[in-house]
Formats: sequence, structure tokens, C-alpha cells
Amino acid sequence: MQRVISFELNGKPVRLSVDPGRSLLWVLREDLGLTGTKFGCGAGLCGACTVVVDSEAVRSCATPVSAVEGKRVVTIEGLSRNGRLHPLQQAFLEHHAFQCGFCTPGMIMNAYALLLRNPQPTREQIIRAMDDNLCRCGSHPRIVAAIEHAASAAKSGGVR
Amino acid sequence: MTTDDRLLSRRQFLAAPGLVVVIPLEEFAAAQEPARLPQRAAYPEDFNAYLRIAPDNRVTCYVGKVELGQGSMTALAQLLAEELDVALDAVTMVMGDTDVCPWDMGTFGSLSIRQFGPVLRAAGARARAVLLELAAERLQVPAEKLQVTDGIVRDPSSGRRVSYGELVQGRRIERRLEKAPLKSPATFRVIGRSPRRKDALEKVTGQARYAGDVRLPGMLQARILRPPAHGAVLKSVDTSAAEKIPGVRVVREGDLIAVLHEHREVADRALGTIRAEWERPPATLDEENIFEHLLKTAPPPRVVHEAGNLQEGAKLSSTIVEARYLNGYVAHAALETHSATARVEGDKVTVWAGTQTPFPLRQQIAQALGVPAESVRVITTYVGGGFGGKSASRQAIEAARLARLTGRPVQVVWDRSEEFFYDTFRPAAVVHVRAGLDGAGKMVLWEFDVYGAGDREARQFYDIPHQRTRSAGGWSGGNPPGMHPFAVGPWRAPSVNTNTFARESHIDTLAARAGMDPVEFRLRHLSDARMRRVLEAAAAKFGWKPARAPSGRGVGVSCAIYLGTYVVLMAEVAVDKKTGRVQVRRVVCAQDQGLVVNPDGSRQQIEGSIMMGMGYALSEEVRFRGGEILDHNFDSYAIPRFSWMPRIEAVLLDNPEAPASGCGEPPIVNMGAVLANAIYDAVGARLLRLPMTPARILEALRGG
Repeated sequence: MQRVISFELNGKPVRLSVDPGRSLLWVLREDLGLTGTKFGCGAGLCGACTVVVDSEAVRSCATPVSAVEGKRVVTIEGLSRNGRLHPLQQAFLEHHAFQCGFCTPGMIMNAYALLLRNPQPTREQIIRAMDDNLCRCGSHPRIVAAIEHAASAAKSGGVR
Repeated sequence: MTTDDRLLSRRQFLAAPGLVVVIPLEEFAAAQEPARLPQRAAYPEDFNAYLRIAPDNRVTCYVGKVELGQGSMTALAQLLAEELDVALDAVTMVMGDTDVCPWDMGTFGSLSIRQFGPVLRAAGARARAVLLELAAERLQVPAEKLQVTDGIVRDPSSGRRVSYGELVQGRRIERRLEKAPLKSPATFRVIGRSPRRKDALEKVTGQARYAGDVRLPGMLQARILRPPAHGAVLKSVDTSAAEKIPGVRVVREGDLIAVLHEHREVADRALGTIRAEWERPPATLDEENIFEHLLKTAPPPRVVHEAGNLQEGAKLSSTIVEARYLNGYVAHAALETHSATARVEGDKVTVWAGTQTPFPLRQQIAQALGVPAESVRVITTYVGGGFGGKSASRQAIEAARLARLTGRPVQVVWDRSEEFFYDTFRPAAVVHVRAGLDGAGKMVLWEFDVYGAGDREARQFYDIPHQRTRSAGGWSGGNPPGMHPFAVGPWRAPSVNTNTFARESHIDTLAARAGMDPVEFRLRHLSDARMRRVLEAAAAKFGWKPARAPSGRGVGVSCAIYLGTYVVLMAEVAVDKKTGRVQVRRVVCAQDQGLVVNPDGSRQQIEGSIMMGMGYALSEEVRFRGGEILDHNFDSYAIPRFSWMPRIEAVLLDNPEAPASGCGEPPIVNMGAVLANAIYDAVGARLLRLPMTPARILEALRGG
């Protein structure tokens, strides 16, 4: 049942002996201790478990760990560099683009993938890209504002 | 949220150096919701400290309230920092840990700021007074000549200074709360500001710890066998296949049958192999026939309020309008499912839980395990959304039982289907309204009977001489058995979403019958100056142009009072007549909540309420067949998304002399009526049932 799976996680190589059919979500949470990636629905419907694999946002609850063999995986824990928040994290922080915070890692990771493929999205593009990530507290307006802010900060060359 | 203090036992905590302010029980009881205090006799009486000032100048504030996302961690710290004269950053909040925090009934009912806030402020003011006395002794200067900034006491005449920390160094000072003067709003430095939320950094970095994020050595993940329907009885069960899976443990204690494994997904697989036969009661009720059932099974209506004489009112009426308003069951659907982690070591039980009620939960766990409450510690982690749904914490009791049965730490994280199944829904309800207008277009008669939802804010506030409000059954228990086919409970602003939908829809219908603009019609019946001011502020912000509905513009208004907070919403919608789809374009909220502790936090609650409220107004309704819940996940139960987002504007009225009355719930109560009224204004179809789905809108358009 067990197989050795290797991939890059938050910039560092990982080698695991795991059941390849297990989902990336629970391997991250249980085997690798990265609990920032959340379980919300277990069916790819809410986006709380979103991580970025080779620059694409994926639902880790619906992704078998074998699918990331040899790929680059980034989770919420891997966004800040040298103790410095990623501009998206900084924007979410400044806009208070969260309440309970449970959907926040998935929101940030989904937005991160969006900005990787489209660094200057329009408001409509942001809304479309984020539409399948659910938030029950109703932080939507602030999340959109935070993503717009992070995108414009990147454009003007500002670090934040 | 974690501090070293958390690890101290209660005895160590009480003996540690520093200043502790103790609140007498009478003060404490006053901060709880009276209706929920039947268990008052069970108060623990030994420990009521609220805050502690340590020699290192750090202030730790211990509160029984919890952080659900509503921002109370920050707002409560602001109240304390203000009265104590310390920097907000110097305050660490420890919330909902039953071993070190004072007893609290629970975090709900917009009580944290409204009722608990004044007690916390008083504790801060008392501590400041004590520290000034100590400083006066130390500096040999009368206390009233001293000044305090950020926890440093200074004698302006000599320039000498001493910090709070130095004053308590090596001492153990304990004081009871006594009356100490509170600051006046004009001198506030921390209250009324919008500092960075205390939970911000942890939440944007993934470091915030929720109950399912707790990791303990040897911990097992549990999955529990669930009935297919409420009321189903287990006839037989075969767990042999699960027992054969390596590493899986199968346990049974009475009705609790669980499979456990260190990996969640192996436990999932094991659960799937269990063969169980259930006997199900006949399923007769569903989301369509529930309303007749409620009317049949509800207890006799109780009079909530009465004035004048209904017959006289009917006699004066030239037009009588009667309608029946309905709403279905609605789920809380927080993004975090009910989660808990439990450890049993000797006679000590520790449970990390996502709960709104840690102290009642401690009692329930103790009862379930047959141990004294003192041996149970509930530690509330961050909670991933509550909205009333985590007042019930069955998952934590399950985790504790399983930890004892297995002798290993156990984690219970419900899946989404369990979350829908065991949710304590907002009750389905029926409201009958009968109201009359005289020849001059004045309301002279109002009869309001609510079945199933509860009587909170059912009494209306418009000037009507002859009126009666009655209520039968509700969300808070005491219903005849079988009235609601499954559990119901508090859902953000319990009763009030239902009552406001019925009242404000009916007021709009009366305005239309009177041939008047809905705002003008309301103002004509409002002598409450506070409500008039809020309504006028909303109209000014919205740019309300008087017209008789339906005007075709798709604009609506709704007014409400929720536990002392005055709130008015105005909305603009577009209705697609072909599909029945509604797009909410703009919502303006004007609110008078008295003293505003944190304006940005209040705006967050307004935005959140408007977003969340679109759900119960337009799409959310639990579908069921008897005790079987047909919604299992977000594919069939649709909650609001980014693409639903209207432009949201909020006006917070300045009223700092009025007590802070809470803001987490009030803005949501208007969402049903404001959208119903805007839809009517757009297309002339009056929706009497929530949610206002496209199918129901099309039906109403066809005159159904």
C-alpha cells in the first residue's frame, strides 16, 4: 500500500512513504503537521483546502498525494519569506479581510494562484476566480479589496 | 491566544505575583442573559478573576467569551486598555478556557459588548484606581495628582515615574471589584478606534489554531456511525470488516459506535465498511407541509404585547390586509465543522473545542463521563464561525467519551454531512399578520401571531393604537415533542429574522395600499426619535427618492430594533423576469448601536450580515423527508458567493452616550424584508415565503 512520494513543499524537498491514495489535504495536516490548510467540505466545494501546485490552485481534499509527485506545492505556511509576509497576506491583514479566519488560507492561496497567472486582474476577474471559495462570515468585499490592493502594490513595485 | 498562564493550574494562577481583580458574583450574574440562567445554582463560586497585571507589565485578560470571528478578542481588549490606561498591545486575551477564565454562559445574543463590556470596563477602572493608590504610596504624592500613560504612572511635578509592573513586583494583590468611575467618551483614546485585530497575523499566516488543528502524540481520528434519519433506531450492526483493517479500533458504548485510526482517511474507509440496519419512523413531513404541521402542533399562542382594542381597531379600518409569511429551516453552515480534541489522563479530562459555550460544555462532559466538573477543562481554540450553531457542542462530548474508551487522545472533526444532520437549525416558522388602515391611510389595527420562531422583537414599534402580538413555540426549547422534527436553536439573531421579515413586508404592503412612499409611510407612524434619525440617515445615504411601490426601480427599505440597536437597510435589486433570478446591486445600512467600541469591527459585522443574510433571503432552506436531512454539502445548500456581492455602504450613527448595544446580529435581521420589498418594487410581485428562490419569484410573477 505504501509508496515513496517525493515533491517540493514550500521550497524544500519532501520524501514520504505513504498510501498514495490518501489526499494531499490529510497528508499535509497529519504527516507534515501543516494545519493551515483546512478541511471544510471534503468534496472540493468550499475551497478551504486550497493549495498551489505548480502555480495552479488545487483542492487538496480532492487531490491524491500521488498526483503531486515531482511537483512544487505551496501552502499558506510557505508564502511568507524570511519572516516577511507575502503582499497578499499583508493586504488581507490590513483590510481585515477575514473574520473567523477558517476560509482565509484557502482564499489567500486561491488569490495567489490568480495573481501568478494574471498579475493585474480586473475586479470582475477577481470575483470570477474567487467565486468557488466560500466564506460564511461575509468577508467577500474585503477579500476583493485586499486582492486588488496586493495586485496594485505589485504593479507599482511596492513591496507591500 | 496561548500564554504561559494557560498552563498554570488555577491554584498556581491565584498565587502568582501580580494584581488580580476579582468580580463578586452579583456583578457577574448581571452580565448574563437572564432568560438563560436556570442553572444559576450551579455557579462555581471560587474564581472570578478578570485581569491580571504581571511584574513584566503585561496585562492578561481572562474572559469566558470566545472569538468566533466577530472580533471580540480585539474589542474587549480595547475596553480594558481604555479604562486601565495601558497600550492595547500590552493586553493579552485568554478566552474561553474553563480552568483560568471566569464562568460565562456563552458567546451569543450580542452580549459580549452590551452586557459583559461594562463589567470589564469596571474591572479595568478598579485596577487603575488600585494601582494609583500604590503609586501614591510609592511616590509619596496624592493619587489625584498622578497621570498615567501606557501603564506608566508619572508625577508631573517631579517627573518621577513608576510602571504598573514595578508596583506589583514581588507582591500578590487581590482586589474585589468596587464601583470606580468610568471614563467619559470625550476622553477615549482606545475605544472608538479601529486598531489592527489581535487575531490578524495568526489568521493570515495559517498559524491560528482551531480545535481540529490540535496535534497530540498518539492521537486517533474518530469517525462515528450516524443514523440515516433523526428518530431512526439501530436494529443490527456488523463491524467485522472494519476490525480487519490494520490499525483500526472499533469501539462501542451504548449508542456510540466509532472507528478510530491515526489517519482520518483510514477511519473514513473503516466507517464505510460498517453494515448497519436501522428502523426508521415513517417520513411524513417535508419542507412544504411543515407549515401546516407547525400550526397544528404549536402550543396555544401567548400574548407578548397588547394595547387598545382589536375590535375597535377593526371598526376604524377601511382596509384590512391579511397575509401569512413563511420561512424554512436554515443551517448555520460555518466553514469549520464541529471539531474537538480530547485527552484523558488519570482523572483529568482536557478538551479543545470549537464551541460558543465552554462552561456549559464542561458540565455536559462531566455528566457524560460521570466525573466532577472540576476535573474537566475545556479550552476554546479559535472558532471557525459560530452564528449560534456552536452553542451546541455534541462533538466535544463524543471526543471526550472516545478518549476515555480508547485511552488515547481523540480528535472528532465532523464531515459536512454530519454538520448538516446535527445542526440546530433556525426554526421554520409561520407568521399571520392582519392589519388595518383607516380612511386617511393611518394604521389603526395590528395583529401579529408568530408560530415556531419565538417572540424576540416580535412586538412592533410603529405607532398603532390597537394591536396585539402573540407567539407560539420557538427556537429556545419548550416546544411540544415533534413540533420541529429535529433540533432547532439560536441562529444569528434568533426569532428576529422571521419577525422582521413578516412585519416589514406587511408594512410595505400597507404603504402600497395607502398609496404612499414606503419611507414616508413609516415616518408617519414613527414617534421614536432614535428610529426616525436612523431611517433618515439611511435615506440620505441611499439617495432615497419617494415613490409609490412598485416603482420599477427595485428599491426597498426595512427597519428593525434588535436588543437596543436600531438598524435600517435600504437595497436595490435587479430581477430577471425570465429566470426569476435576483441580483442585489446595492445595500445601505444605517445603524445606531450606541457607543461604537470599534468602528471597523462594526462595519465588518454589517458587511458580514448583509452577505450572510442574502442566503436566508434568496437561497437557503434545509430540505428533508421526515427526520432525514437531504442536504449534505454545499452543492445543494447554496450559501452566498463573491458573485452575489452587492455594493455595501454603512453609516454608523454617532451616539456615544448611549450604552454599546452590540452589532454582530442586528444588520442581518432586515435582509429578508428589504429584499422582498425591493423585489416587489422591481416587478410588483409580493413574496411571502423565504427563501425567495427563482422558482418562487416566477410563481409570484405568474400571480401564484
